[in-house]
Amino acid sequence: MHILGIVIKNALLALLGNEQKYGYQLKNDFEAATGTAWVLNIGQVYTTLQRLERDGAIVALGQDDDGRSLYELSATGREILSEWLSSAVIRSVSTRDEVTMKVLVASATGVIDPATPISIQRQTAMRVLQEATLARNVAESLADQLHLERLIVLTNAEIRWLDIAEDRLAEAAKARLSDNSSTQEVVDNNNTSITNLGSNS
Amino acid sequence: MSGNPTDGGDPIHEPVVRIDSAVKEHRDGRSIIRALNAVSLDVPAGEMVAVTGKSGSGKSTLLNVVGGLEPLTAGSISVLGEPLVALNRTELSRLRRRTIGFVFQNLNLVPSLTAEENVALPLEFDGAKPVEASRAAKVALDKIRIGELATRFPSELSGGEKQRVAIARAIVGERKVILADEPTAALDDLTSRIVMNLLAELSDDGLTVLVATHDSEFAAYADRVVRLKDGSIEHVSSRPVTPSSPAELLT
Ligand SMILES: Nc1ncnc2c1ncn2[C@@H]1O[C@H](COP(=O)(O)OP(=O)(O)OP(=O)(O)O)[C@@H](O)[C@H]1O
Ligand SMILES: [Mg+2]
Repeated sequence: MHILGIVIKNALLALLGNEQKYGYQLKNDFEAATGTAWVLNIGQVYTTLQRLERDGAIVALGQDDDGRSLYELSATGREILSEWLSSAVIRSVSTRDEVTMKVLVASATGVIDPATPISIQRQTAMRVLQEATLARNVAESLADQLHLERLIVLTNAEIRWLDIAEDRLAEAAKARLSDNSSTQEVVDNNNTSITNLGSNS
Repeated sequence: MSGNPTDGGDPIHEPVVRIDSAVKEHRDGRSIIRALNAVSLDVPAGEMVAVTGKSGSGKSTLLNVVGGLEPLTAGSISVLGEPLVALNRTELSRLRRRTIGFVFQNLNLVPSLTAEENVALPLEFDGAKPVEASRAAKVALDKIRIGELATRFPSELSGGEKQRVAIARAIVGERKVILADEPTAALDDLTSRIVMNLLAELSDDGLTVLVATHDSEFAAYADRVVRLKDGSIEHVSSRPVTPSSPAELLT
């Protein structure tokens, strides 16, 4: 199942944890719990509920005059939920990150000083950090505050990475320069291979 | 004086701090270190500017020359329309006592004085009556919301509380400019936030704040972030005046 589907499914189970609810209540409660950024469409809620009912995770208790079903969490549902909540999410970091690629491509080819994309990215990230900080300070719901705290921490991490990358590339460039003066032949080979790479592409 | 707001300059549009092509060189034995290289920056009343950059990029030097602690090698700096270069030593130290408040990382609190006495000190140096100085100190401590710490000695305060006393001392009286050099360096994250929020509030109240920090998370409390690299401004980022809604920033 898609990651968003997993989240919605388990969030609905959690929201049924303490009381029986109708679908539209679950939609509102979901949004109240998770912040303004995530708006569920009601169709999605009903599809998910039907699937959960089919799997025995929830039970439909009958319908009201408008034909809306009241749902209750089953023992199976409680088990599914508790397993989700008590398992860790293993994160991985993609090597196909656009900023990282820009920096690496600039550094490997020399078409531009990698300090340039680094600086531009840092300036933009700094602005996002300012915006997120201001937004967090006035955000009304705790959920939104926590989403924004995460944006702040991650943007701050990006800036730190840019600083580190800039330093590492500068060190590497310096090392290459001093290599150049000591072992002329190796350098010529390197230069040739870079030129070849450039003309092949 | 042409730039003096009281005789012709527009006090609203006149920046409180005007830095124009500032160059600062330090002589280090035989070599010369250029700590600031043609830095220009205008800071209007009520703005909070964070100065960031790597170690050695010139952050402290910039605050020191704005505060008149060190003279420039070339270029000019004016505070409230007064070019610092035109001031003699007495006038400079009066400016530092009355107009500019400093907050340093090593707080420079006098250990034998209470929080309130520490805060009152700059006014007493400036010739204020002890009763008046003490009243103004209470106002400053209340503004920083640490009125209840007035009678404590520095040894009886946590690092964050000491930093807040130092901020109270920097704003005591009628100060217009706060220069804070790494005010959060010795503090944990939560206390750092409190300190940065205080500085932001002070700037909302009309004080002009320049704060040096190497930490982007705390620089982000400022209206504008100026990044220095080898003594020059590498880039400036300004945040929008009105806060974005969470939905605009989050996906
Ligand atoms: N009194 C001095 N004599 C000689 N060189 C100095 C003096 N003060 C500063 N410098 C040099 O000027 C440059 C800028 O120093 P400055 O203290 O302004 O940096 P900074 O950005 O505040 O760094 P940090 O983050 O480490 O506090 C550095 O190269 C430093 O070595
Ligand atoms: Mg410094």
